[in-house]
Amino acid sequence: MPLTPVLTSRWGADQSWRLSTYESMDGYAALRTALSMSPDELVTSVKDSGLRGRGGAGFPTGMKWSFIPQPKPGETPTGPAALPKYLVVNADEGEPGTCKDLPLMMADPHSLIEGVIISAYAIRSHLAVIYVRGEAVHAHRRLMNAVGEAYAAGYLGRDILGSGYDLELIVHAGAGAYICGEETALLDSLEGYRGQPRLKPPFPAVAGLYGAPTVINNVETLASVPFVVRGGAEWFKAFGPEKSPGPKIYSLSGRVVRPGQYEAPMGTTMRELLEMAGGVRPGHELKFWTPGGSSTPYFTPEHLDVPLDFDSVAAAGSMLGTTALMVFDETDSIVEATLRFTQFYAHESCGKCTPCREGTYWLVQILQRLVDGQGTAQDLDLLVDTCDNILGRSFCALGDGATSCISSSLKYFKDDYVALLPPEEQARLGRSLRLEPVGAAS
Amino acid sequence: MSALPGSMEGALTTGLDDSPVLPAPADLPPLTEQTRIEAREIIARYPVARSALLPMLHLVQSYQGYVSPEGVALCAEELGLTKAEVGAVATFYTMYKRRPTGRHLVSVCTNTLCAVLGGQRIMDALSADLGVHHDETSADGSITLEHAECLAACDYAPVVTVDYEFYDQQDVESARALVQALRRGDKPHPTRGAPLTDFRGVSRQLAGFSQHADEAAAAAAVDAPGEYGPTLAGLRLAAERGESAPEMQGPEQPPADAEEPRETVRPSGDTGETPGKEAADARVAAADNPAEEAGAAQSHPDKGAEYGRGRPAGGLDRSGTGTPAQSEPAGGYQGPGTGRTVEGRTPPKRKG
Repeated sequence: MPLTPVLTSRWGADQSWRLSTYESMDGYAALRTALSMSPDELVTSVKDSGLRGRGGAGFPTGMKWSFIPQPKPGETPTGPAALPKYLVVNADEGEPGTCKDLPLMMADPHSLIEGVIISAYAIRSHLAVIYVRGEAVHAHRRLMNAVGEAYAAGYLGRDILGSGYDLELIVHAGAGAYICGEETALLDSLEGYRGQPRLKPPFPAVAGLYGAPTVINNVETLASVPFVVRGGAEWFKAFGPEKSPGPKIYSLSGRVVRPGQYEAPMGTTMRELLEMAGGVRPGHELKFWTPGGSSTPYFTPEHLDVPLDFDSVAAAGSMLGTTALMVFDETDSIVEATLRFTQFYAHESCGKCTPCREGTYWLVQILQRLVDGQGTAQDLDLLVDTCDNILGRSFCALGDGATSCISSSLKYFKDDYVALLPPEEQARLGRSLRLEPVGAAS
Repeated sequence: MSALPGSMEGALTTGLDDSPVLPAPADLPPLTEQTRIEAREIIARYPVARSALLPMLHLVQSYQGYVSPEGVALCAEELGLTKAEVGAVATFYTMYKRRPTGRHLVSVCTNTLCAVLGGQRIMDALSADLGVHHDETSADGSITLEHAECLAACDYAPVVTVDYEFYDQQDVESARALVQALRRGDKPHPTRGAPLTDFRGVSRQLAGFSQHADEAAAAAAVDAPGEYGPTLAGLRLAAERGESAPEMQGPEQPPADAEEPRETVRPSGDTGETPGKEAADARVAAADNPAEEAGAAQSHPDKGAEYGRGRPAGGLDRSGTGTPAQSEPAGGYQGPGTGRTVEGRTPPKRKG
């Protein structure tokens, strides 16, 4: 696959974050097109493009929009259809390894704003909120400035470009809580509460912000929308596989020669991306990597040729997540890496659900004693057992995500765990382990 | 001095908070009528008043450097909440500080990726230099040190932030020098982001206000230069290799789905050549690069449109003769529709 800069195409321009630059590079052309279409046509167009959410879950964007209850022609709306609709942008980027949305908002904030206006128009919303991670003051600053420019130019506010359509856009800063990247926790936070997930259903499409129908989309998803409108569904589908098409920003970090953002079609492989990034640092070799952040099960060198799209990665036993490709080499300890990630989940668990709150705490204790060389043969079983009691037993995906690095590291690198055990504990392993020791079976 | 204290027993049970119950320091700047006016401005932004609580807590920090008991009371009064309700929110979020913050907040990422690349060593060194641990302030009041979770800048790892402005690709020595400069009262320019102010100034921005006295300073903060190598790595490599996205269809071509009426009402200018593209093309022309010209000459305007339409696998040959050895200067714009997709680089569509 070649590099295909689309979302990143303007990033190198002089003062790319300024409205004048954006307008000189086709900026807000898609908005004019969109405002000449009906909202329903836009939803259909985005559905046809096959665009799937870039925040990690990969839900089809057009379908999400179509879930918003809309008044039927000729009828007096009742229930959710009678309420205002809201568009909320999830710009609370914080999944370890993920670093695509902040650069996008730094370099090209108007592409997000244009996507927001088009998308809000499509779901008939008149208020949109961009919830930006609080620590991201640099991106927040550029975004605030860009929103000001867009209001002054008539792209936001009343009667946008003479279309009769009104939209207000608020930039709202968070305050440092990873959980607020979970969409219902984000809504609670935006309403001025502790950021804790809500039970679904009802889904936000029916009862979201202030109990009204709400679409929550990721930054990269919305920034893709103007290109779908301008290039058309067929053009968009020409990138990558049919069921998860489009250009995608892959973020490479860690033990590579040139870490950074590489935009390529969905379905590009890690082998290709590593080559673009100059490979693993000289004299070292790839040991493990994440396809989409710390919540996605690790991959190994044997997965280098897995096409990195939603379906192929799932079929290979992990998740595409946010295409945050963290690269580790043979000098990095998988158990220590896993401990660090687990400490992160323990810190960021919101405390609402007992399995996640208590389970992540105990996982840290077990991993810490393993790293300290004080583990026992039973500890590996205990890790598996604890993960079993967290996975699927909490409101949101944070708990599930916390188990991914542990389960997958035990699957691929059990020898590394065993090597940390005291010799007498290693001797006891054969009888106590539920899992077969690596290399012993088949 | 904590607004939201824990108890000794609670700390023993949870290990979460052992901050003593102390009154606010005497030298704390007061919250004024102006603070209330600004709080009401924040409330007016939202359809439901309580949504203003997070920005209001940032506002309190912009005056006092932490969430003081007085600040909690102000938020409660303005929103019609109890102090306990406000406290419950303030204690949930990492960025709301429970003790007065030093002039600068230094955060060291010690999440996995930064940690293996040196972030933990940086944290340990700064902790030793300052004589403080996580979430403590140096004796001179200049620096509050904390370890941070992933700061979403992994491609710049390991990172340190000061008042949330980024200092990228740090090591122990550079981070120590940075902190020494801060303690002297210097403000080294961040790698990316605006000129450094202080923790309270940045809190003001997070509350949704400008932290700058005049528009020129605000514009300078927005336009501040920085080093963006990793952000632009893929874009620069694409330019080097002459790779680009498939071209969008130009206005002279028939729309892809002409039977749909919406296609016919598109403004004619929406996919046309723009000043920005022309400028980019001019930069390429000015590069005076024969290889690039050859590459451009061989690329037919329609080639991009064929991208992904089942071209033979042989088309992936990367040593094709159409390969430009060098392209436009790094950072130059090469957007979709610049029509320079080089033959031999258009890949086959992956089987869905």
